[in-house]
Amino acid sequence: MTNKVAPCVQTVLNDGVGEEGGRRKTKKYSAKIIISMHKLLTCASKSEDINYYMEAVLLLEDQTIFRGKALGKIGTTTGELCFNTGMTGYQEIYTDPSYFGQIVINTTSHIGNYGTIDEDNESNSVKINGMVCNYFSPIYSRKTADSSLQDYLEAANLVGISDIDTRALVKHIRHKGAMNAVISSENTDLEFLKTKLAETPSMAGLELASKVTTAEPYFLGSEGARFRVAVLDLGIKTNILNNFHERDCYCKVFPAKASLEEMQEFQPHGYFISNGPGDPASMPYAVETVKEMLATNTPVFGICLGHQVIALAMGVKTYKMHNGHRGLNHPVKNLITGKSEITSQNHGFGVDRKSVEGNKDIIVTHVNLNDDTVAGIKIKGKKAFSVQYHPESSPGPHDSRYLFDEFIRLMAD
Amino acid sequence: MPKNTNIKSVLIIGSGPIVIGQACEFDYSGSQAARSLKEEGIEVTLINSNPATIMTDPSIADHIYLKPLKKKSIIEILEAHDIDAVLPTMGGQTALNLCIDCQKAGVWEKFNVEIIGVDINAVETTEDRERFRLRMHELGANVCKGKTATSFLKGKEIAQDVGFPLVIRPSYTLGGYGGGFVHSEEEFNKALTRGLTASPIHEVLIEQSILGWKEFELELLRDSAGNVIIICSIENVDPMGIHTGDSITVAPAMTLSDKHYQAMRNLAIKTMNGIGQFAGGCNIQFAVNPENDDIIVIEINPRVSRSSALASKATGYPIAKIAAKLAIGYNLDELKNQVTKTTSAYFEPTIDYVIVKIPRWNFEKFQGADTKLGLQMKAVGEAMGIGRNFQEALQKACQSLENRRNGLGADGKELTNQQEVLDSLENPSSDRIFHIKDAFTMGISFRTIKKLTKMDDWFLYQIEELAKLDKVIQKHALDNVPAKLIQEAKQKGYADRQIAHLLGCLESDVFQKRAEMGIRRVYKQVDTCAAEFEAKTPYYYSTFGTSLDASFEGGDANDTFDNVNESEVTPGKKKIIILGSGPNRIGQGIEFDYCCVHGVLAVKEAGYEAIMINCNPETVSTDFDIADKLYFEPVFWEHIYDIILHEKPEGVIVQLGGQTALKLAEKLDRYGIPIIGTSYKALDLAEDRGSFSTLLKENDIPYPEFGSVSTAEGALELSKKLDFPLLVRPSYVLGGNKMKIVINEQELEEHVVDVLNYFPDNQILLDHFLEQAIEAEADAICDGENVYIIGIMEHIEPAGIHSGDSHAVLPPFSLSPLLMEKIAQYTKKIALALDTVGLINIQFAIKGNDVYVIEANPRASRTVPFICKAYKTPYINYATKIMLGDKKLADFDLDKSATSWFVPVGQGYAIKIPVFSFNKFPNVNKELGPEMKSTGEAIYFIKDLQDEEFEKVYSERNLFLSR
Repeated sequence: MTNKVAPCVQTVLNDGVGEEGGRRKTKKYSAKIIISMHKLLTCASKSEDINYYMEAVLLLEDQTIFRGKALGKIGTTTGELCFNTGMTGYQEIYTDPSYFGQIVINTTSHIGNYGTIDEDNESNSVKINGMVCNYFSPIYSRKTADSSLQDYLEAANLVGISDIDTRALVKHIRHKGAMNAVISSENTDLEFLKTKLAETPSMAGLELASKVTTAEPYFLGSEGARFRVAVLDLGIKTNILNNFHERDCYCKVFPAKASLEEMQEFQPHGYFISNGPGDPASMPYAVETVKEMLATNTPVFGICLGHQVIALAMGVKTYKMHNGHRGLNHPVKNLITGKSEITSQNHGFGVDRKSVEGNKDIIVTHVNLNDDTVAGIKIKGKKAFSVQYHPESSPGPHDSRYLFDEFIRLMAD
Repeated sequence: MPKNTNIKSVLIIGSGPIVIGQACEFDYSGSQAARSLKEEGIEVTLINSNPATIMTDPSIADHIYLKPLKKKSIIEILEAHDIDAVLPTMGGQTALNLCIDCQKAGVWEKFNVEIIGVDINAVETTEDRERFRLRMHELGANVCKGKTATSFLKGKEIAQDVGFPLVIRPSYTLGGYGGGFVHSEEEFNKALTRGLTASPIHEVLIEQSILGWKEFELELLRDSAGNVIIICSIENVDPMGIHTGDSITVAPAMTLSDKHYQAMRNLAIKTMNGIGQFAGGCNIQFAVNPENDDIIVIEINPRVSRSSALASKATGYPIAKIAAKLAIGYNLDELKNQVTKTTSAYFEPTIDYVIVKIPRWNFEKFQGADTKLGLQMKAVGEAMGIGRNFQEALQKACQSLENRRNGLGADGKELTNQQEVLDSLENPSSDRIFHIKDAFTMGISFRTIKKLTKMDDWFLYQIEELAKLDKVIQKHALDNVPAKLIQEAKQKGYADRQIAHLLGCLESDVFQKRAEMGIRRVYKQVDTCAAEFEAKTPYYYSTFGTSLDASFEGGDANDTFDNVNESEVTPGKKKIIILGSGPNRIGQGIEFDYCCVHGVLAVKEAGYEAIMINCNPETVSTDFDIADKLYFEPVFWEHIYDIILHEKPEGVIVQLGGQTALKLAEKLDRYGIPIIGTSYKALDLAEDRGSFSTLLKENDIPYPEFGSVSTAEGALELSKKLDFPLLVRPSYVLGGNKMKIVINEQELEEHVVDVLNYFPDNQILLDHFLEQAIEAEADAICDGENVYIIGIMEHIEPAGIHSGDSHAVLPPFSLSPLLMEKIAQYTKKIALALDTVGLINIQFAIKGNDVYVIEANPRASRTVPFICKAYKTPYINYATKIMLGDKKLADFDLDKSATSWFVPVGQGYAIKIPVFSFNKFPNVNKELGPEMKSTGEAIYFIKDLQDEEFEKVYSERNLFLSR
């Protein structure tokens, strides 16, 4: 163990501020916290050791090492590194099941400023494997918040690292491509970390949807609602369901491996294929279900992984992107209306543009204005469409909510 | 929709002279817009009365009218040119008001001119408080409770409904002029009368006070297809109650969750769409109730604004340039991101750093002014700091202010009187942010500080943390301070000087220490996209690596270092650094930015890499496509020195950035860094009154009797020899700061003591003041061997009024050839005697047939841009090439005849008209003296001396002389 904890830190930790490993354990911003921060600083000076934080290390697959401060739980974690350029919405990102298995780099300067609040969760738990940020705020400012981000992450057993030059890190993986990494705040021995890293599987070819999907079907909304939507849960975000609910839909959410027959029993007006983590090419079960689904002529709507699965079901190829799109500012043009929208995106795989254009049954409806990648498709002669981005946008701009209305229109027809 | 091909010729209206509330941000937007339209092959005609602007340069537009911003001038232009459209959104409220004036008079209609970039209806909706309120109600957007009054009686009625505290906002006034908070019925009558008078249509809005709510701004762009993007969110550190122009602001917003940010974004789009469908920029201000996160709309500005300039510099997104393209029909998705060049202009910039803007005030110039901040803007300029965190950005912004501080405190200038601190916290004025830190240092409770300032906890916590870090550092000495503590302090923006103060050593010791520790400044790029895409824009800021090890280990070492430090030194190219002039102040305004921009362009033309350093977000010099490389950094020694060490330039140009840049010459010289142009020795000689008068004596040049003192005792002694009235002034000051004419011993002693308190250890000069003398000044270029006088100006006002506050007539209108000859001869002699290489300005007082030299400044002066415009000659370009040693005067096509300094402007004269902002300070009388007070200037051409305007000014020339 090379984990350094200065004696004075122990004093603080034993001072009722936090328990085991809770360097940043904070309750609501109160005088008490100010006192404890003050103690951290003063005791550091007394002991001539300003090393009052817990060290953490981030080791990348290509052996690059970053050193920073520990946050969240003290421990070790691995996953694929990806970066999100959003300036708001950290809690929504951390609970988005599409990030399952990943270590998220937040590029925005400060994280934690406004704490956390239960209603901002996008699923029932924190789904990311780890997080990296520049400056982490041990205190927060929002009257309505429930807790600090430190308490929240610690309770979720999430290991993170702060005080990292995230910009340098992003540039590094922008050049070298997405790669796996390990974060540890309990054992910074490089050999130990390398072993851990070697045990981490590559994201390409990884099937993850079945790990985040619901175990049992469940219902949402009221039975008497105007529309019934059968949702194939590949890792769905809460706000997608909220959008259906707001539009007078009664949803039944099915596990990823549910069969079409099971879903048909719900007598849905439409099917929804959700977002989710992992490589779409590694989930033939869902592709098969969607193929059958498309044959029913019932309206189908897919988001993100759901979009990729629909494309696969139509015989179109998907691929792993160099770095993916993750952020709240991605420009997409709707080729049908000519209008553009600022979208929330989170995907590391994409639908191959050439392959789509070679398919006479598919119309490209949306393109990403930054790199001309496919952002939305529609199936000719069917009431089926999908988008690569997140119209439920939580976090992110609400420009694309009209897509839910479109799905409603198709179901109403 | 692609470009509208019906628009072939566009008129852009500028914002006129700089006044409080409308500064050089509109030169930035106007010149960007003009260039953007020219790129599209559109003929651009431009009107602006402010000569010190880049936008009025011949290269910017096809036709330039340096005319008063009046309907008459517009008609003259429309008669002369076939104009298809007018773009009135780049010149602030002044341009919009002029556009509305012309609209009402049917001018646009008569000449068949389309208004682009804005909808007049939208302007009226946003300016007319009652209409605005109604429209917002219709749109379902919350606004403050309140109503408009057009009479005193109605006003009283409304106040009864709304209750106290309330706010009075007059309609159609600039920078909140005439408005204010009213806490009780007693104050109300007076405030209401003032508001009704201030409004040109005598209308005020009386509304509920939302003092202390959180304040935000969003900057929007919309195209004619209805696509809207948010360029930037800005949060005010100072909550509601202080004009946003007087508030410390930060981008991106620091304390908004995504839910609330998106709610605000939706509201912004809805309200912008709700006021009119125009293609262009828009600024919307919001207030958020900290108790329940309710959002209300405060104000909409359907044009490019001060905040747009800030947002452009903060994100790298060129708002004015794109807004101009949208105005002529382009859609956002048809344009490219100007920074990455590959991705779309239709996107929302995301940033991975923090910017903090701090206003710069000049209250010391307005004796008796109400210095409390409120609804009416009082700042004369602003500085922006960029850092990787809020604390770093805040300290860098403080270092940019040039207010004799070294960052946020830790410099021995802290307030230590508890009552003073508490007063300052409750009654915000220019130094409140410093006093908040003093309050924490003093141990005043967080709760009390919060109660008095109403600032968000998060901001206060950031400041508190700095106060605590001060104390930790203070417990160490240079020889035992741990590297990690220095690293942390540097990351939090501490200057070496602050650390030195805390450790009790010298700035150079700290510099040395951190060099030994390997704690290095690195440079990061401003790229609009948080490094998601590659960007080529050479726009940088400094920071300290956040990794606890300065760079990361392992991997490919070269590749990784490039990732940490992004400002690559261009191999094989000679570099020249140009120092900018920092935030606008009275005495140092847009003129010096004009000089810097021309200096940069000349340096580029001469084949060097031009590197600009400046920290004023309103300027053209900080546009990312002006210099070859832009460092958006404080014009503060430590930052400059680190850039010099990084770039290893051939030398530094200090004579274009006003006194700010010039003051750094001494240290540059001491560190052996070459100064391009006139040497430090000569600069110092001109400033050192003793040696300078020896020089004058040796050259047989008369000067007023003078002496220098360092105590009040000495001053009284000296006054016996010199005789009253005396002109008292400290050395090395800006715009006549603390200069005063005294007539007796009592006044002399009072003023000397005052100066010594303000500038401790400064030498004070006493000159015998020449009463009733004529003042004149000359600007010249010297190449070390020859001198060329670019212009001689005679002031209409007598000597004793600061040259910046005088009407200067080019060429002189009443001086005899003999006097002119003397002025010319003295100018040439002094320029050569000082070994000037570059520009020099010399001021004269004339009594009878005697010409006395008052002072010489071997640098670009305030009048150089005026002369360039009047004579239509790029003198700064010539001077810069001469400084570089690239060219001699003989290489330029200059009129070298003996009387070249007596060239008429056109067939007559050009007058530099000083413009004041006294109306912002109702308690201050317009009194002029040796200390400069004007904020801006206009140029006015006359054919002969019978011109009415000239006659009026001439007849009033002694009216405002005071001391």
